[in-house]
Amino acid sequence: MKYTEGAPIQDTKAPAGPIEERWEKRKFSARLVNPANKRKLDVIVVGTGLAGGSAAATLGELGYNVTSFCYQDSPRRAHSIAAQGGINAAKNYRGDGDSIYRLFYDTVKGGDFRARESNVYRLAQVSVNIIDQAVAQGVPFAREYGGLLDTRSFGGAQVSRTFYARGQTGQQLLLGAYQALERQIAAGTVTMHTRHEMLDVIVSEGRARGVIVRDMVTGEIERHLADAVVLATGGYGNVFFLSTNAKGCNTTAIWRAHERGAYFANPCYTQIHPTCIPVSGDYQSKLTLMSESLRNDGRVWVPLRKNDERAPGDIPEDERDYYLERIYPAFGNLVPRDIASRAAKNVCDEGRGVGPGGLGVYLDFRDAIDRLGRDAVEKKYGNLFEMYERITGENPYDVPMRIYPAVHYTMGGLWVDYDLQSTIPGLFVIGEANFSDHGANRLGASALMQGLADGYFVLPTTIGDYLADGPFGEVDEEAVAEAEIKVRSKIDRLLAVNGTRTPDSFHRELGKLMWDYCGMERTEESLRKALERIPELRQEFWENVKVSGTAEELNQVLERAGRVADFFDLAELMCLDALVRTESCGGHFRAESQDADGEALRDDEKFAHVSAWERTPDGPVLHKEPLEYEYVKMTQRSYK
Amino acid sequence: MNLTLKVWRQSGPQDKGRMVTYRVEDISPDMSFLEMLDVLNERLILEGDDPIAFDHDCREGICGMCGMVINGVAHGEQRATTTCQLHMRHFEDGAEITIEPWRAAPFPVVKDLVVDRSSFDRIIQAGGFVSVPAGSAPDAHSVPVRKEDADSAFDAATCIGCGACVAACPNGSASLFTAAKITHLSLLPQGQPERLNRAKAMVDQMDSEGFGGCTNTGECTAVCPKGIPLDTIAQMNADYLKANSK
Repeated sequence: MKYTEGAPIQDTKAPAGPIEERWEKRKFSARLVNPANKRKLDVIVVGTGLAGGSAAATLGELGYNVTSFCYQDSPRRAHSIAAQGGINAAKNYRGDGDSIYRLFYDTVKGGDFRARESNVYRLAQVSVNIIDQAVAQGVPFAREYGGLLDTRSFGGAQVSRTFYARGQTGQQLLLGAYQALERQIAAGTVTMHTRHEMLDVIVSEGRARGVIVRDMVTGEIERHLADAVVLATGGYGNVFFLSTNAKGCNTTAIWRAHERGAYFANPCYTQIHPTCIPVSGDYQSKLTLMSESLRNDGRVWVPLRKNDERAPGDIPEDERDYYLERIYPAFGNLVPRDIASRAAKNVCDEGRGVGPGGLGVYLDFRDAIDRLGRDAVEKKYGNLFEMYERITGENPYDVPMRIYPAVHYTMGGLWVDYDLQSTIPGLFVIGEANFSDHGANRLGASALMQGLADGYFVLPTTIGDYLADGPFGEVDEEAVAEAEIKVRSKIDRLLAVNGTRTPDSFHRELGKLMWDYCGMERTEESLRKALERIPELRQEFWENVKVSGTAEELNQVLERAGRVADFFDLAELMCLDALVRTESCGGHFRAESQDADGEALRDDEKFAHVSAWERTPDGPVLHKEPLEYEYVKMTQRSYK
Repeated sequence: MNLTLKVWRQSGPQDKGRMVTYRVEDISPDMSFLEMLDVLNERLILEGDDPIAFDHDCREGICGMCGMVINGVAHGEQRATTTCQLHMRHFEDGAEITIEPWRAAPFPVVKDLVVDRSSFDRIIQAGGFVSVPAGSAPDAHSVPVRKEDADSAFDAATCIGCGACVAACPNGSASLFTAAKITHLSLLPQGQPERLNRAKAMVDQMDSEGFGGCTNTGECTAVCPKGIPLDTIAQMNADYLKANSK
């Protein structure tokens, strides 16, 4: 796939000066909108997860006239709800040496020096307000007997800064945002449309002015106009078909915005989570994550010998390889996600994996049960053990769990500036849908933090600066009509093929291809192969897909087909981005770029930049945003 | 495994609907219930039939989107389990399985097994929140909360809003759903200022949506995938009575 390199791109919104003053400065320089004018300004928010739900609620509270959309039957269902572990905040309630600066430092380092310092510092600053806000809403965080909030250390952090609500932190935070949103719906500041899927952005005179959506019950194509559009539509991990995402998660909203001119940044940065339940068969429809907190007490191992078919209990101690403890003595089982995932892949590639197909490693609680007692282990992890048993039929108190890495999160997303505005004026992107804060690897318990930081605190301030110039007047009818026609013709085209393969069968094949060639380990050869294979498969899709039913009804096959079509195009850009970035960094591991110990080797000379892709009729154009590190010195990560 | 499925098919709200029988073969006991339906649907698409519409999303038991009445029981016979977490190993080879949507007047059928649960959102709109605009919160440690209260509030707050309680109730009552939210917020200091108004507004909304009354049959908590306890309803009634006697 050919691409050209365009002019560099810069974030022009982050103020200069000491990093701890930048957000304060920006808040002050962002223009305010008079309360009486706010209700004349229409804002569309697409998606109702932590980012979208909190943004719509907060914009409603501020007095804007908000319209919100989600594809589910209720805004409470968004996939943020499934986050288990917790949410980071630099509260330093433990007095264990945490600070805003340390959270900032850990996040920049954890992201393998591929995130903007200004953004990450702001995230760490705002993190403390999120906990206050959530507690005031009645989010039932875990507490200690003194009545204060409990915290735990999580995902390789050496301080205890993760707030949690048993294994359901995402659920409780999302319900907090959902309840705030429903309050605004009742107040009339937010109009909610459930079971609506966004299919295009309307760009009129250079500004994002609305969206085209499909009513998923009636099939009606609707136009909704506004002064600004906010996308909070999540990540694109489902390009791999199998991931820990919900079945409905898709790239369509951000992809179609990309087609309208929004740059797509770092699409190849995907996070593979090390502790998921392995695939059990060809029918598998999704993968289930087991919280990373299990690694606090579980020990990861595989048999020392290849193809060892013995039951785990029959393998003596000296014939087990506790490989994480062996390779990373300082962090052991608690190394960051990308490192744990790749280590699991390596031992399985050596033929030492366990379970069906040899694609699994043991996560063993035997020693923890001996040390702490079964009751204590049950108290800590009981619900996770139950979940595991429900899915696999095996009891992890008696037999070690089998785990394997699975696609979990995408750090890439639409490019945004410090104000969270994309390259289309008036189109803002928040939460996982943007690329902004996690660099090449996200730390555990930071996704919830970023979603809520964007939605409750950052966007509501920065969007005001844009809306201060509004209302923006009439929307060009031609632009609306063109978008509507584009949406309709794509639907008609899908229905017209009437071939012999279902959308899911194509999606599965694409996902397998992406997993094999653009998954945990990428090489020039594998990526070139993928770039050859994807267009062929896409062509077959458009010639041979079978979409039953009609456009004018609830048609789940049609919904899936549209999403798969966009996944093909995204997959191609991901592979191109991965091919061009010949270094390894964070979740992006290029086999050609590793040190003597097999660890990821960055190339800061050539790649200390964000890759922002523009889509043009002549092919992709790469715009580089240089990354500068004034505060955190760039070093090679080491967890040994 | 080979199974016979009797599935409720209804093309839309106006259609009368009927049970339709399907045979599925070579089902793995490790499949989830929804994966078994995926297999059937893939076949129906290729045969040019309309696949069975059902709601689902996270497929890990937390979003609350899925839900069907399986052999007469909401989410099936396995306790504390959503439909998506139910696995085929719990069924006998050769079994006949009936699959129906939630049935309750305030949950009209949209298509096949998909129902409209927006009445639940309107109950939350009536008062299922704490009025605290973003940015106005005091420090999180300014109000300590007894651990026991926080834990009980959490237990009530784990409701996933799936609607199984309504489907299982002989009266089609939404008491367990409504009580779970009222109890969650009643147990926390942050929920106190609006406590009685909240109970009144939410219960009144529940009634106006056409849900039935509670007669303490307890079917709701028996099918609840999150095991929301029945005593939340007592809490709701207490708050509601207090609100009305003021």
